[in-house]
Amino acid sequence: MTHHSQDQFAIEVCNVGMVFGSGAHAFKALDDVDVAIRENEFFTLLGPSGCGKTTLLRLIAGFSYPTEGEIRLHGRDIAALPPHKRPVNTVFQNYALFPHMTVSENIAFGLVMLGRPRAEIRDSVDRMLKLVQLEALKDRRTGQLSGGQQQRVALARALAPQPKVLLLDEPLSALDFKLRKEMQIELKRLQHETGITFIFVTHDQEEALTMADRIAVMSSGHILQIGSPRDIYDRPAERFVADFIGETNFMTADVLSCADGTAQVALPGGARFAARVPDGVRPSGQVSIVVRPEHAELVDPGAGAHLTGRLAHVVYFGTDTHYHVLLDTGQRFILRRQNSRNAGAEPPEGAVVGIRIDNGAAQMLKD
Amino acid sequence: MASRRAFDIRHQTGFPVVALTCFFLLYLPIAALVVYAFNAGASVAVWQGFSLRWFVTAWNNEQVLDAAWRSFRIAVCAAFIATAAATMAALATTRTRPYRGLNAKYAFINMPLMVPEIVVSVALLIFFSRIKLATGYTGLGYLVAAHAAFCIPFAYLPIRARLEMTDLSLETAAADLYATKWQAFRWVTLPLLWPGILAGLMLAFVISLDDVVITEFVKSAGQETLPTYMLGQLRRAVTPEMNAISTVFLLISVGIVTLFFIVSRKRT
Amino acid sequence: MATAADIARQARSRDIRGRWFLASPALVIIALASIGPLAIVMVYSFLAPGSYGDVIWKYSPDAWESVFLKRDIFDNSLSLADAHLSIFWRSLRLSFLTTLIALLFGFPTAYFIATRSPRTREIWLFLVTIPFWTNLLIRTFAIQELIRNEGIVNKLLIRIGMIDAPIQMMFTDFAILLGMAYVYFPLMVLPLYASMEKIDFRLVEAGYDLYATRWKVLRHVIMPMTRPGIIAGSILVFIPTLGAYVTPRVLGGGRNLMLGNLIELQFGQGRNWPLGAALSMTLLAIVLLALMVYVRFAARTGGHHHGQ
Repeated sequence: MTHHSQDQFAIEVCNVGMVFGSGAHAFKALDDVDVAIRENEFFTLLGPSGCGKTTLLRLIAGFSYPTEGEIRLHGRDIAALPPHKRPVNTVFQNYALFPHMTVSENIAFGLVMLGRPRAEIRDSVDRMLKLVQLEALKDRRTGQLSGGQQQRVALARALAPQPKVLLLDEPLSALDFKLRKEMQIELKRLQHETGITFIFVTHDQEEALTMADRIAVMSSGHILQIGSPRDIYDRPAERFVADFIGETNFMTADVLSCADGTAQVALPGGARFAARVPDGVRPSGQVSIVVRPEHAELVDPGAGAHLTGRLAHVVYFGTDTHYHVLLDTGQRFILRRQNSRNAGAEPPEGAVVGIRIDNGAAQMLKD
Repeated sequence: MASRRAFDIRHQTGFPVVALTCFFLLYLPIAALVVYAFNAGASVAVWQGFSLRWFVTAWNNEQVLDAAWRSFRIAVCAAFIATAAATMAALATTRTRPYRGLNAKYAFINMPLMVPEIVVSVALLIFFSRIKLATGYTGLGYLVAAHAAFCIPFAYLPIRARLEMTDLSLETAAADLYATKWQAFRWVTLPLLWPGILAGLMLAFVISLDDVVITEFVKSAGQETLPTYMLGQLRRAVTPEMNAISTVFLLISVGIVTLFFIVSRKRT
Repeated sequence: MATAADIARQARSRDIRGRWFLASPALVIIALASIGPLAIVMVYSFLAPGSYGDVIWKYSPDAWESVFLKRDIFDNSLSLADAHLSIFWRSLRLSFLTTLIALLFGFPTAYFIATRSPRTREIWLFLVTIPFWTNLLIRTFAIQELIRNEGIVNKLLIRIGMIDAPIQMMFTDFAILLGMAYVYFPLMVLPLYASMEKIDFRLVEAGYDLYATRWKVLRHVIMPMTRPGIIAGSILVFIPTLGAYVTPRVLGGGRNLMLGNLIELQFGQGRNWPLGAALSMTLLAIVLLALMVYVRFAARTGGHHHGQ
């Protein structure tokens, strides 16, 4: 395991394992999870449902206790601390607003439980109402609010006690598309203004890419890759990451030579190309490489094409167009081109086409 | 003329007629009973003009007042005890992973609903008469205890339903916001549970007020409740005084049940 | 140092202990003032009767023997206890008939309620529930007022000239049957309604689409879907009617006994507590048997019970 230095990290999750049930029915929700989240960071846990991201969040919040490992807050092990003793607050997926209280009472709840003086509570409730722009609704019952408003109340309620870390469990999933976009920007603003560390759980890769400073991609109880959105998108280290985030073309290639983190490979069809090698991998023999659909273009066959095939389908998407090419080797390759008014004529379906991959666009996978 | 009404898939021939007849028959005897409470004559079948005399007679009947007052006291005590116990039991048996003894608890709490009243009555007669002999105490405690026991499953029902309706994540949220277990209960669970508790209290009260069989067997000498008094009176020639008592009794029950409906329909 | 896993285990066992503590008042009250004393009844059924009620603390199988058999006073020979058996038989028959009548009338009523619009449905449901919560004795009394020889029904029939002399309805099995069907009717309708409310009427639509007639839809679509309600309602009516005490006492008079009255008799005039205890245990056994059959049925049709 790695030992993280104490002052730099808000949350350190060290070798945490979580098993539900026992015996034959035991289910390992988390397996040797190791991650450190920096102070003031907007950190996102991304993965499909059932990957363990919410379980990890609940362990950090204290709603359940890990079966093994440590969870540290500013260097102190809090794995065994009950939730009401942790300076960590949660925005729940269903908001969990108290239906019998007004907006103000909801926001004040944490401070009241902490026994803060009345004047201080009033001030910080006012500040919070202003922060989430709900001053006008402060005496409403929460049942009378719209989804977006409830979301803001949940945020204000969790932020009011000024937690060290704010945990957000898919908070935007119940909102419609437009509102979700608005709240994404809103959340970034709040995080910036409050300077609180956010840990954000989502299964929506686009949400993760737009909001996070760093992303941890999870699958079946493991963290597969941690990195900036750009790292994760452009340099996926594993097949799952490449597949889960965005669209990807997978190809097998033969390694010819390797130096300085770049390998020369022979693509299917024989063309040579340079592919980035993930850290700590010494490639040889047959490997998998990935190319994003927007990192390649259609060209005439021959003219410097890396791959050739037949154009099977053209699918129009408004902002861009997808070209499905059936390669000579029998594999599929999808290209994406931004639609613009002065785009050239496109080849008809069934035409023989060539594909040119952008320089530096190919990424080798670990497996 | 061909019917132009759309084919109603829900309709079944004759069902509405049977149903409406049932509703009519359900209320006919009660209606007749109430009407003859206002009869001026002494017959419960021949109408001799409107009068409130039987209500006055009942009001002046020491035995009736004594029995009604006793019924009321027992029902209040039994309902409060049963509701408190049922609330705690509901908290103990809902919203948890199954644990050893959970199903047993659940079955035991509902047992008084299953066992025939007459069997429980006989059991209590034997058991309490032994205790009466041993301790010399013959007060209302026995009736209160017996009533509380068979009221528990009735009070438990709406409270449990309410608890299962409330979102467990609300208490989680409270804990997340620094509330201790007790604070979370006091400020979140209890206020949300309140309508259920109120509904349970009212059901328990009505059930206790209505009981005949167990009371008949458990009561010591001179401990008539209104229903046991009425049961005794039914053997004799009946005057509209019985109708008058029944009418007032019905009014109270219906009032409470209506209140119960209103309370339990309120969602938040 | 305790690990988080230990703490989780401790929290769990503390939670379970807390739950036992919370449940204890209800469990204790029910144990002391409802279910626990049944054990004493069991013990009493094996003792000898005292001459003024109560028992003599001496083992005796006589009570159980006399539940089913009677001993000839002259030659001590055993024969079936006709008197008891006929009361058993009457109780079972009356309960069964009551259940049948309630089902026959309850089914259309519940269906009627379930097919109203949501708002009026609540009112109809409320109308069924009201009698259920009002005093059983008063409802029995109301029936008595109706069918007495000087009652409204007889008076009315005489008035319109259909009969010359009142029909004797009180103190007959008919009176008991009528009273019990009336009193327990809501107990049949409520569970029936509960299962009909969940009917997905698109299935009924599908039935008609596939050429079923109204009767066939009722028989092959609606009734199978309401089976859990039919079973629950039947058991809810059958069990209390089997042990009914008030209704047969008021409407059946002293002659037409049911099990409940027979039991009471042993503790009153009969002064044979052990026999009363043995009869009680027999009644309890029949009820438990009925419940077990119910659980069996309910388990088989369990899929309809929960939405899952």
